[in-house]
Amino acid sequence: MQGTPTGGIQQTIGDPRLQLAIYSATRRLIEHRAGAVGSERLPDYQELRTRANQIKQHTIEHLDHYLEQFESNVAAHGGKVVYCRTGEDVSDFVLGLAKERKAHLIVKSKSMTTEEVHFNERLERHQLETVETDLGEYILQLAHERPYHIVAPALHMTRYDVAELFTKTLGVAKEVEPEKQTKIARATLREKFLGADIGVTGANFLVADSGAVVLVENEGNARLSTSAPKIHIAVAGIEKVIPRAQDLAVFLDLLGRSATGQPLTVYTSFLSGPRRAGELDGPDEFYVVLLDNGRTKLLKDPEKRQSLYCIRCGACLNHCPVYRKIGGHNYPWVYSGPIGAIITPQFHGVSEDGWLPFASSLCGACAEVCPVKIEIPKLLLKLRSEVTEAKRAQGSGGVERFAFRVWAWLMTHPKTYLALARLGSKSAGLLPKVGPLGSWTSQRELPPMASQSFHRWWAQRRRS
Amino acid sequence: MVGPEAAVVTAREQILADIRTALGRAGNATPAPLAPPMLRNPQMDRNLYISLFVQNLEKLAGKAFIVPNPAAVAPMLQALLKDQRAVASNAPFLAACGVTGLAQVESGFTEPEALRQACATAGVGITSADYALAATGSLVMLASPQEARLISLLPPVHVAVFPKSRILGNLDELLARIPQPAEQTSSMVLITGPSRTADIEQILIRGVHGPGEVYAVIVEEENS
Amino acid sequence: MISVYPHPIGGHSLQLEFVARVSLFVTCIVDQLFPRVGIAMAEVLERLGYEIDFPEAQTCCGQPAFNSGYPGEAGKVARHFLDVFRDAECIVVPSGSCTSMITHHYEDIFQQDSRRREEAHRMAPRVWEFSRFLLEVAKVDDVGARFDGVVTYHDSCHALRELRIKEGPRRLLGKVQGLTLREMEAAEECCGFGGTFSVKFPEVSGGMARTKIDSIQKTEAGTVVSIDPSCLMQLQGVIDRAGLPIRTLHLAEVLASR
Repeated sequence: MQGTPTGGIQQTIGDPRLQLAIYSATRRLIEHRAGAVGSERLPDYQELRTRANQIKQHTIEHLDHYLEQFESNVAAHGGKVVYCRTGEDVSDFVLGLAKERKAHLIVKSKSMTTEEVHFNERLERHQLETVETDLGEYILQLAHERPYHIVAPALHMTRYDVAELFTKTLGVAKEVEPEKQTKIARATLREKFLGADIGVTGANFLVADSGAVVLVENEGNARLSTSAPKIHIAVAGIEKVIPRAQDLAVFLDLLGRSATGQPLTVYTSFLSGPRRAGELDGPDEFYVVLLDNGRTKLLKDPEKRQSLYCIRCGACLNHCPVYRKIGGHNYPWVYSGPIGAIITPQFHGVSEDGWLPFASSLCGACAEVCPVKIEIPKLLLKLRSEVTEAKRAQGSGGVERFAFRVWAWLMTHPKTYLALARLGSKSAGLLPKVGPLGSWTSQRELPPMASQSFHRWWAQRRRS
Repeated sequence: MVGPEAAVVTAREQILADIRTALGRAGNATPAPLAPPMLRNPQMDRNLYISLFVQNLEKLAGKAFIVPNPAAVAPMLQALLKDQRAVASNAPFLAACGVTGLAQVESGFTEPEALRQACATAGVGITSADYALAATGSLVMLASPQEARLISLLPPVHVAVFPKSRILGNLDELLARIPQPAEQTSSMVLITGPSRTADIEQILIRGVHGPGEVYAVIVEEENS
Repeated sequence: MISVYPHPIGGHSLQLEFVARVSLFVTCIVDQLFPRVGIAMAEVLERLGYEIDFPEAQTCCGQPAFNSGYPGEAGKVARHFLDVFRDAECIVVPSGSCTSMITHHYEDIFQQDSRRREEAHRMAPRVWEFSRFLLEVAKVDDVGARFDGVVTYHDSCHALRELRIKEGPRRLLGKVQGLTLREMEAAEECCGFGGTFSVKFPEVSGGMARTKIDSIQKTEAGTVVSIDPSCLMQLQGVIDRAGLPIRTLHLAEVLASR
C-alpha cells in the first residue's frame, strides 16, 4: 500500500537474528503477563479491566474538569502546571527555565511523551546536555535511535551491539557481559544524576484529587531524576489524568502485570509538589507540563476517543503478530504496534499514515490483552473506512473502489455472479499473476479452483 | 515567572477550549459522581501478613529478618554491616532501636549537602518504613524531615527497619488508610525489591541505579 | 418437543421448536474453492437426522468489503444476506469468521438503518458456527467419525476471540476414533490471512504463516484442522510452497470421514 515502508519491512523479516530477538523477547513478555493475570493470581482481572475502562471513559469525557482540578491541587502543594500545545512549546518552556536557573545538565527518565516531541534533539540544538538515564533509553541515545518498543526500548539490540556501542561512544574496553555493561552505565550515569540541574520525567498517571504525578519504573532512574536535581519537570499528555489517588489500586494492579508481569514495578513514586519544610532532599521546584500536541483532535469522535485511554503497557505490541514480524522501527512514529496503528493516523491525519490501519490481520489479540479495553480492531476498521473515504475525496484509490463496487453488485446478483464464477473457474489457471494474485503467489500457492461449486453440487443433488 | 507568560496563559485557555469544543460543551461542567473506588480487602488473616511479606520480598531477591524487639536490632545490624559505613535516617524508630548508636552509622543530618555527600559514598542506607505491603513485598516510604529520599536510593544496599504492626495486606489497604497521600508528604514511594533492569537481551540484572540489595528488618514488638 | 438453550451472544434466549431443518450458508470461499467442506458439513448434519436446506441465492456475508474500508459495499451484500435468509430458522456456517461477521458486525454496518439493524439483531441468534451447532443445538460430541492420524488444531482468530470458541472443536475431535489430537504451542496465533491484508502486506502475512507452520511442524502432526476455510487456504498455500507433507482439513471433513 501507498506509504508502506516495504523495504524496511522486508529487511526486518529477512533478518533472522532480528526476527529471533523480537519473537523471543515478546514471547517472554507474553508469558510473564499470562502468569501475572491468570485467574489464580488475579481473580479480579476482568473486573479490574472493566473498572479501568469506566474510569478512563469518565475522565476523558470530563477532561477539562479533571485538568483544572489537577492544576489547582498542584498549585496548592507549591508546584506549577504549564500547558503546552506543541512540542516546541515544551522545549521553549524548558529552555527558558534552564536559562533563568543557569542550568547546564538535564537528566531524563524514560518518557514516550518527550520522545513524541523530539525533546532531546530540540534541547541539544541549544547546547543543553540532556541525558537519558533508563538503561535501554541510554543505549538508544548513544546509538541515535528511537525506541523499538514502548516498554523495552532496546529490544532489538544484542549484548554485542551494546559492547560495540559502549566502546565507540564511551571509550571503555569491550565488555559483552550485560551485568558489567550495566555497571558501566551505572557509574557514568551516577555522575550525571549528582551533577544535574534539572530532572525531566514523563508521568504514568496524573492524579487530579492530589495534584500528583505517578511514576512507575524498575531501575531507580526516575526516583533519582526526581530526587537529586533541584528542579523536577514532568511532561505528560493531557489524557494521563485520573480522578482519585484511590483509583491507583485499579491501574497499578493492571499496568505492571500487563507490561512485564510484575504485580508492582520496583519503584512506584507518588510525587506531589516540591520538597516541604524541613526536608533534606527532593526538588525545590516542581512543574508539570501538560501537552496537547494533537490530543484534543482525538476527542471529537465518541468512539475513537477511547484511543486516549492507553496506559502504555505495551501488551498489545507483544501480542501483535504484525509487530512481532515487522518490529518497532517500521512504524512511522514513536508509538508502534496496534496502539501506534490507531493513534498515529489520528494524530497525523489518515492521508499521511493511511497504510497503518490496514497493516493488521484483525486477529484481535491486542484487544484481548488491553488492560483498559480499547477496542483496537473496531477502531482499525473505522480508520480503514476513513482512509478509503479520504482517498475518494482526493480522487485516488479508484481501481480498488471500483473493484469493490463491482464485487458488491455481483454479490447481490447471484445469477450473474454464479455464471461468471463458473466461467472463471475454468480459466483461473490462465490468469496472469499480477496485482493481488501476484501478491498472493509471491508467498504461497493458489488453491486449485473446484471443478464444481457447492451451488452446482446442490443443484445436481436437488435434480437427482 | 518563566517564559512569555501571556503565551502560557493562552495555551491553557486554548487547550481547555479545544477540549470543551470537542466534547460539545460550553464551559466546565461538574461530572456526575464516579462509582466509588474499587478497593479490595486483602481477605487474609492479619497474622499471615508477616510471613506473606517475607515470602514476597524474598521472591524478588530481597531478604527479611524478623527480630523480637527493638533491643535486638542493633546487634543484628552490627553483624550485617560488619565494617561497611552506613547512613541512617532521622526516623525516631531507628534511634529507639539503637541503630544510630552503632559505630559504622552516620546519622542526624541537618544539612542537605552533607546528607547527599554521605549517601553518595556510604555502602548502606538505613531507613524505617511507614508501611509495608504483604501482597507484593513492598516498602512504603513517605518523605519527611525524618525520612530523606536519597538514603534508600544512592547506597548500593538499603536496609529498612520497621515494626511488624506496619505491615498492611496490599496496595488497596494502603490507599484506604491514606486516601490522600499528598496531604501527608511530597513523595510517597513504594519500593518492591531491589532495583533491576532487563533492557539488554531481557536478562535480569539487579542494582542498576537504585540499591541492588534490599533488606527488611521486622521488629515484632514495637516497645521493648 | 421444545428445546430451550441460551445463545452465546448473550441476552438472547432462543426458544425453538425442535430444530429439524437447517439452512446452510456455505460462504463464498467454500462455495467456489472448497465445496468439499460444504458437502462434508451437509453429510454430518444429515447423518444426525437434519433436513438440509440451501437457499440458492446466497453469495457472501460482506466481510471482504467491510474489512477493507468499504462499509457501504459491505452493507449492500449484508442486506442481500438478510433477505436470502429471512425465513431460515437456523443457519449453520462452516466458518467462525463469517459467522462473527453476521452476528457481531452487522449491527455496526447498519448503524444508520434502524430497520436493517433490527433485522440483523433478530437474525444473530439464529446463526450458528458449525461446531457450536453440533455441541449446543444438536447436543452431540460424537458423530461416529473415524480418522487415523495425528491432528493439531488451529484456533482461528474470529472464532476464538469474537465467538469464544476454544474447547468445542477439540471436544469433537477428541471423540473421533483413531484420531490423536496434539496441541501446538502457537495454537492461538494468527495464521496471517486477514483477508485483503494477505495481499496488501504479503511478506508480513507469509511470515506469520511460516511462524505458525513452524509450530505445527513441532507437533509432527500430519493434519491441521480448523473451522475457518480461509485460514486453511492460507496455511495450505504456504505449506505447498515449502513442499511440506502436511495437509489442512476443515473440521467438517474430519467429522464426515468414517
